[in-house]
This record gives sequence, structure tokens and C-alpha cells, in this order.
Amino acid sequence: MVVIDSIKTGIVIDHITAGLGMKILEYLDIDTTKNTVALIMNAVSNKYGRKDVVKIENVVDIDLAALGIIDPKVTVNVIEDHIIKRKIQITVPEKVVNIIKCNNPRCVTSVETGAPQIFHLIDKDNREYRCDYCDEIISMKGGYSNEIIHKQWFDR
Amino acid sequence: MLKGKSLLEPMDFTTEEMEELFLLADKIIEDPEQYGKSCEGKLLATLFYEPSTRTRFSFEAAMLRLGGKVIGFSEPNSSSVAKGESIADTIRTVACYADLAVMRHPKEGAPKVAAGCTDMPVVNAGDGGHQHPTQTLTDLLTIRREKGGFDNLTIGLCGDLKFGRTVHSLIKALSRYQNISFVLISPEELRIPEYVRKEILIKNNIPFQEVKNMKEALPSLDVLYMTRVQRERFFNEDDYLRLKDRYILDTAKMKLAKENMMVLHPLPRVNEISAEVDSDPRALYFKQAKYGMFVRMALIMGLLGVEERRN
Repeated sequence: MVVIDSIKTGIVIDHITAGLGMKILEYLDIDTTKNTVALIMNAVSNKYGRKDVVKIENVVDIDLAALGIIDPKVTVNVIEDHIIKRKIQITVPEKVVNIIKCNNPRCVTSVETGAPQIFHLIDKDNREYRCDYCDEIISMKGGYSNEIIHKQWFDR
Repeated sequence: MLKGKSLLEPMDFTTEEMEELFLLADKIIEDPEQYGKSCEGKLLATLFYEPSTRTRFSFEAAMLRLGGKVIGFSEPNSSSVAKGESIADTIRTVACYADLAVMRHPKEGAPKVAAGCTDMPVVNAGDGGHQHPTQTLTDLLTIRREKGGFDNLTIGLCGDLKFGRTVHSLIKALSRYQNISFVLISPEELRIPEYVRKEILIKNNIPFQEVKNMKEALPSLDVLYMTRVQRERFFNEDDYLRLKDRYILDTAKMKLAKENMMVLHPLPRVNEISAEVDSDPRALYFKQAKYGMFVRMALIMGLLGVEERRN
């Protein structure tokens, strides 16, 4: 049994599909030299059998837009003074900018690095997105989340 | 109102705007010389990052016949592109000089990037294996003039439906007319892309069949749109060699087709239509190429918002 302390202030991303916790953590790109971060992998879940959990201390203001693309069934709890102050509803976004990378080698975004990567949702159930430039369809369901852009690429 | 718009894919124009263009094209065909001064003082930039004969000449001829002038490049090595200039910077610079830009680019979506960086109208003259909307204007004008309209037609598209940008644009444009059905003839490897199947055909409940046998499909068709298997779209030469001779239209096959079936081809052809078919009155691909210039004249006038200034 692994015991992780509860956090006083921060967020807990719960019910992450087992195996996707690292992906979410990579995308959020939290500075682990300044913040306490716990990634719990493959924990027992009454609801889903197995799950990953991410706990981030002292950070509440983070961009959660991509979470709905990576794993829409996660729950996000904002913690203040050790209690859950609010729950953030995660949705599958209709339009995403600079979150998914087009994997079509013929797409203009493969050469025009200044062009924003823009995708529109075309099938919510299958989390399918269409590239605004080349119309390539990318499904973010299952193991296809490799197309998620590492957030720091755009923060430089 | 087309003035100031860009044409990146066929759906950028409504069917009414398309009709407006076709009506103007009809008038130009009747008496082209009457339009010889319509674009006096206007400048067209042709930015061709990929080789082209028909489309570039057609645009340049269209502008010159309208009394306008043309600047541009026909291959990127003769411009700052060779120095690594971005599409965004190129178009911003060109917009300082020209009134309208026509762009062909091997990368899909390049004209969209360009249009997003300028207020000048940008016309997609073919982007990789994606879209070619002015070829579609040509195809539609030909069908409209020869068949009287677009409704109730069975359209066969044959050859490279995967990388054939003219095919994608034509299906998109025709999907808005009544009672259209498609027969998509291709080898397994060159079937239409997923977005065309899902987002255009299935989403709009348009009847279509995907078949491999051209002979079986021919008797039902009102229009046969042949395409070339394009060597330049393949990353693997072996795949190209294996697929290039799959469909060849000859006089024997033409006997299976309706007496009034139209044969169209965006050109250039290699061997997918035998030269012997050229004398068949149903072979309209050279007429189609001529219509291309007239519809581009109408397009240029529409985007620049010029009056029908006559001689």
C-alpha cells in the first residue's frame, strides 16, 4: 500500500485511465523544482478497476483544456485547506489551438512553423479532430494521444 | 458578393456565388474581347511553388485577356523561398505590390496560411493532394454547359482518388446539388481520404459506391472523371509503378458507356486515356481546359470586384 499525503492547496486529477497519467503530467509541464507533484500509477479504482492519479501542490491555475482530449473521464478537484472547494467539469473541446500536432507529412504545418496548429472536433464519441489546413482526421482515443503537443513548445 | 474573398476550397463560395461566376463565364465565352479592359491597372501575382502548365498559363492568360498584368514565379528556387522565407512573409510582401495572388504549393493548407496573413484575396491553385477549387470551377462550368445543370447526375471518378486534389474538390462542390450519386473507381490503396468519405459523403447522405472495376461501372455513368496516378505524390516509387497503369480508358471501354456520357480529365494525362479516345465526341477534356481560362477570367473579375468594363 502506497500512502501519499493529502495536499493543503492544489489540484487532484483523479480517475485518469491507467497509463495516461504521465501523458497528462507531461502536457501540464508543471515545474517540479518548485512544486510538489505526485503521480500515482495503476492504483486500484472501485469505478474503473485501475486508474492513475495526479496531485499537484500549490498550483490551481493551470490550463486544463487538453485534459478532455487526452482523457475526458478524468475528474479535477481544486483543494483549499485540505478540502475540495470545487470540481472542474472536463469537456471535449470543439476547437483546439496548439494542442494537437498534425501527423500528415504533407500538411503545411510540417514546414510553416509559425502557423498555429488548429483542429476542430468532428466526432465527440471517438474524439476525432480534423486539421484546419489539410483536413487530416486524428482520433485521440486509445493510444493515439502521441499527437498531443508538449505544452512547453509553445511557452518558450 | 465575391469582392475581396479568397478561394481556398470550393465551399468558400455558395452555390449562388458559383452560379454568378458561371453566368459571367458564359458571357465571356460569347464575346471574350468585350472584356479586354476589365482589369486594366490590376496586378495578379502567381506564386507557383510546384510545376504547372495549365493552371498557371490559364491564370496568366485570363489576367492578360482582361487587360491586367502578371508578376510571379514558376518555381520556388527563383525567389526568396529558396532562402528559407516563410509562406507568411512571402505573402505579406507580395500583398504590398499585387491586387490578387494565386498560389500552388506542395504542402496541404499552404494557401490557407497565406490567406490568414493578408487582406488581399488568395486563390488556391492546388495544394498538395488536398484541394484544387479553380479546377472544380472548370469542371463544373463544363458539366453545366454540356449537361445543362448538376442535378440528377451519376458521376464516376476514376484513378487516384486519394491524392487527386481535383477529385476531392469536385466531390465537395457537387455534394450541394440535388440527387447526385458517385461511383468511385480506384484500387484499394488510392481510395478517397477519410475526411471526404465521412465529412462530405456520409454526413450529407450522398449515395456512393467504391468499386475497383471500371468496366462494370461505365454503363451507369453520366460523367466519367479520369485522373492520373501522380508520381509526385508517392513517397515510394514501387507503389507508383504498381498502380500507375491500373485504369486505361480506350475505345473498347467507351462502347460500354452511355451515348451522352462526358469524359473529363483535369490534365495532364499520361496514358490513362488512350489517344484514340480523343476523337470521340464524348471526350471533352480539351474543351474543359479552354473553359478553365474563361471561368478564371470570371473569378478574377469577381474577386477584384471590377465592373464589366467593355472595350
